[in-house]
Amino acid sequence: MTQAAEFKKTRTESMLLNVGPSHPAMHGIVRIITELDGENVLSSDVEIGYLHRAFEKSSEQSGYLQVMPYTDRLNYVSPLINNTGYCLAVEKLFGLDVTERAKYIRVIMCEISRITDHLTCVGASAMELGAFTAFLYMIKARDYLYKIIEDVTGARLTISYMRIGGVKGDLPAGFEGKCREALAETRKVIKECDELLTKNRIFVDRLKDTGVISKEAALGYGITGPFLRSTGVDYDVRRATPYLVYDRFDFEVPVGEHGDNYDRYLCRMDEMEQSIRIIEQALDQIPQGPVLLGTDGKVIPAEDMVDEAKMGRVEGLGFRVADFDPTLAGANKYMYPEGHVNNKRAELPPKEDTYSNIEGLMNHFKMIMDGHGIRPPKGEAYFPVEGANGELGFYIVSDGTGRPYRVRVRPPCFVIVAALPVLINGGSLADIVPTFGSVNMIGGELDR
Amino acid sequence: MMITIILAIVVFTTVLNFAALHTWIERKQSALMQDRIGANRAHVVLPWKWAAPVNWLLKPINELGLFHPIADAIKMFTKEDYIPPFGDKFLHTLAPFLSLMFAMVGFAAIPFGDKLVIGSHIINLQVAPLNVAVLYIFAMMSMGVYGVVLAGFSSNNNYAFLGGMRAASQMLAYEITLGATIIGVVMIFGSLDLQQIVRGQGKLIFGWIPMWGIFLQPIGFLLFLAAGLAETKRIPYDIPEGESEILGYFVEYSGMKFGMFFFTDFIETIMIAALATTFFLGGWQVPYLLADGFHFPWGSMMALPSLAVTFLQVFSFSFKVIAFCWLFMTIRWTLPRFRYDQLMELGWKGIFPIALANIVVTAALLLFV
Repeated sequence: MTQAAEFKKTRTESMLLNVGPSHPAMHGIVRIITELDGENVLSSDVEIGYLHRAFEKSSEQSGYLQVMPYTDRLNYVSPLINNTGYCLAVEKLFGLDVTERAKYIRVIMCEISRITDHLTCVGASAMELGAFTAFLYMIKARDYLYKIIEDVTGARLTISYMRIGGVKGDLPAGFEGKCREALAETRKVIKECDELLTKNRIFVDRLKDTGVISKEAALGYGITGPFLRSTGVDYDVRRATPYLVYDRFDFEVPVGEHGDNYDRYLCRMDEMEQSIRIIEQALDQIPQGPVLLGTDGKVIPAEDMVDEAKMGRVEGLGFRVADFDPTLAGANKYMYPEGHVNNKRAELPPKEDTYSNIEGLMNHFKMIMDGHGIRPPKGEAYFPVEGANGELGFYIVSDGTGRPYRVRVRPPCFVIVAALPVLINGGSLADIVPTFGSVNMIGGELDR
Repeated sequence: MMITIILAIVVFTTVLNFAALHTWIERKQSALMQDRIGANRAHVVLPWKWAAPVNWLLKPINELGLFHPIADAIKMFTKEDYIPPFGDKFLHTLAPFLSLMFAMVGFAAIPFGDKLVIGSHIINLQVAPLNVAVLYIFAMMSMGVYGVVLAGFSSNNNYAFLGGMRAASQMLAYEITLGATIIGVVMIFGSLDLQQIVRGQGKLIFGWIPMWGIFLQPIGFLLFLAAGLAETKRIPYDIPEGESEILGYFVEYSGMKFGMFFFTDFIETIMIAALATTFFLGGWQVPYLLADGFHFPWGSMMALPSLAVTFLQVFSFSFKVIAFCWLFMTIRWTLPRFRYDQLMELGWKGIFPIALANIVVTAALLLFV
């Protein structure tokens, strides 16, 4: 080549583009450093850690019970599943088997959470592709379910509902009817969104053949959940190693084929329907009975779970006689004057005791202040549950003291984010958005 | 001369005000579609006791949120005007002005009525009676791309740069396609003068169907809508903005300069609606309404004074434009966004060849029928 010809040749350069950490499509905060040739992504690098809150270290500093609120904040879109996962792991340390009713309640709440998670994920991806209306429809449906969650747990987002040994309170009166109603409404909205999106040519074109991952690569990275199932691997923790009472329900595990964004979308849409089916069956089967066990395996009577003083009504509490409603709503009923706790080392004393006599106060103090709470036997336990994004595992090492020696979380979206460069390299810049949306990265869970 | 200036001012303020009101319509329409109430918090309540009747009058406006366009304007004018430190200051400031100007000037050639007769004066209801109005409007619309490209270029921001490039290629591609879709109408009426085209649509086919472009060129109409939407840079064609992908060419703009780009989008929407009305829905034509009143196909007639006829025509034009704006809004809030290459594919491989085929078929029909 002559010098003149070489001079004439256009000099091309790739462009470096930082997608994130603060970018509308990066849910939470994560940074994707992309090298662009025009609109094509040549290479990319994902940088995480912007939301690191030292969950695991904090857990080592607090008692077993106090870890509970942290788990809400891992995957804040489906906190109930995190709660359940942690409780199941600690219960495995104790060798506890919770009551039937508690198991059913956990299943119901987990599945409601799964639906809210999928609704958020699919809705947000649709919104990022411009279909804002579909997003708001889905958020509307999510709100029906949040109302149910609020009824049961008293909170919408950071619920801390599960307890080691069961759940915090029984289902409220009229739960079944309300729940079925909300599910019917949700089903309607999902159908509406299905009509709006699934056969929408633009939507399908945007999702099909983008963010493709092969079965082998997905397994190699350790990806689980809808992401793995979209590639055609039929793996669901609820099916593979049934926990709680999942083996008693008739449900399908939707499996995709191509491992692209569209299959992931379809998987999530189908899973919502399956979750609704599970809840409906659970509502049919749910038995009556206690919902909370002490760490020694004995049932904690309903009256001990009710804690009126938390509502601020403490005057004259110690002298009242009353009957009980084991739900959270029972908090406005009178307090049993001598409500005793089965295991003073495991359960907080009623607030009336804490406020009115020295034994209660000391009991409370020791449990809260000194890490003298629950003490599982020495050992270690790993318990996987099917989170909304995949296998969510808690690995807990106990050294016999009141604090966990180690709490390790296996967050489902961590491995998916690790595989993200494989998914987006070679694609278009615009494809990052739906691909990243289908990853459903949750900052709290990813960075912990 | 004087009359032209007055007409220009009337058209200018009407378009600007409608663009501002368009934000309100958009908010309410999207709210309606999404089961929301829509913005209604911009309240004006007078604090004095004697102003109670005024407050009573203001109440419905408050509740409908009609003060929001004003609130928007106040917000945009009072915001900090930020120019990125390594951007080109001059071009950065120039870009929104270019963008808005070229969007506005096109309206000069849109006929919004036939003739207004006041005493002995006959006023042609078109600011600039050009005999090449079609070419003029398309030229001005193409110039609009300069504002967008300069905005992307002068911001010294990779996102804005990508947005500018996308906008340039999209607008070039769809400009040509848009031109091809209306050739059929131009051929049928044999004129580039919009007033002539609209007058030509006043005739009747078979004695009862108005000879509107939509009936003569149904395919052309659909293609025009598809390509015209791309011209407005709104969903599903909002890839230059792509708010969740590249944030848009105006990412480095704030205050009223951003507002001007925002306004440009609305004005372009109105422009496309006005063009669609002019080419395909008979412009200011009201079915069966001639200069002296209604002539119904069954033979009866209703005489109207000339002023009423003019009023009906202007009303008809405005109504059609608003209907189109509403249609565009409904589409905007229903569909997701294209990807860049899919958009190009649709433009070059989808709409453009069909538009060409449409031209050939129209030509053959005109020649042989």
